[in-house]
Amino acid sequence: MDWMAFLVSGLVLILIISAVFSIMQKDLLVAVIGTAAISVVLSILFYLLQAPDVALTEAAIGAALSTIIFLIAIKKTDRFEE
Amino acid sequence: MRKAVAILLLGIFGYYFASIFLSLPFGEKREGVGKHYLENTISETGSVNTVTSIVVSYRGFDTLGEVTVLFLASTGLGAILFDVRRKKRNEQNASPIVRTTSTVFYPMIILLGAYVFVHGHLTPGGGFQGGAIIATGVLLMFMAYRKFEANHTLLSVIESLAGLTFVTVGLTGLIYGGSFLVNFLPLGTPNDLVSAGVIPIIYIAVGFKVGAELTVVLDDMLKTIR
Repeated sequence: MDWMAFLVSGLVLILIISAVFSIMQKDLLVAVIGTAAISVVLSILFYLLQAPDVALTEAAIGAALSTIIFLIAIKKTDRFEE
Repeated sequence: MRKAVAILLLGIFGYYFASIFLSLPFGEKREGVGKHYLENTISETGSVNTVTSIVVSYRGFDTLGEVTVLFLASTGLGAILFDVRRKKRNEQNASPIVRTTSTVFYPMIILLGAYVFVHGHLTPGGGFQGGAIIATGVLLMFMAYRKFEANHTLLSVIESLAGLTFVTVGLTGLIYGGSFLVNFLPLGTPNDLVSAGVIPIIYIAVGFKVGAELTVVLDDMLKTIR
């Protein structure tokens, strides 16, 4: 097994862990940070799998803008899930 | 009565969907389109970046749809938040470290976004990515300076002009070449900044449009009460 396959499987593992983590959280702020981590890892994964266009989109929209929009929404509503 | 109309409409839709579905040939090899793109992109569109040539040229009409979806989303957000009383944002600025860093980085981020969408046909990236990067830069200024205001009128004008450019270029292609978004400008040498005909024009328009829309969305969200 070459190092590329190891790297990709490790990143996918991190992806799944942070996805499950952000679903389980009751604190929405932490959950949003989890989704941001998903976006960052996904963007690295896209870059490694030779899709730099998609990686740019994922980094700019997924990691930055949608996280901030979620954060503003949380600030203006409730922080904890009922 | 309404139920009868709904069932009738569903039946009509179902009939057409079923006829399309049944006319699809299954089990045949339907490959070759990707190979065609990879082999003929440069000779047909003049763009070195195959992804860009697919997004803007071969599937340009879908891109117009995507831009429209984004426009509708930002308009819908504005309509929902319109009734909510606008308030002045908190007067207190961020700390000096954040402010200084933002003033240094803001022009650089805008420049990077502009670079990404101007070079969309040469390097990875394009209108959507560049516009999103520009919106991130504006967001940095929103966070650092509470008095930093986005000029909504100017942003609407930019957005409308960009959308108009896209549709005008597409319709000119329709008149000139017989189908929407036909490349009616000379292709030029591949790998040049001014090459690939209408692709850079469309991507610059998309970049401006996406940047303006996302900035309006952020501004709308930040200014609602509470």
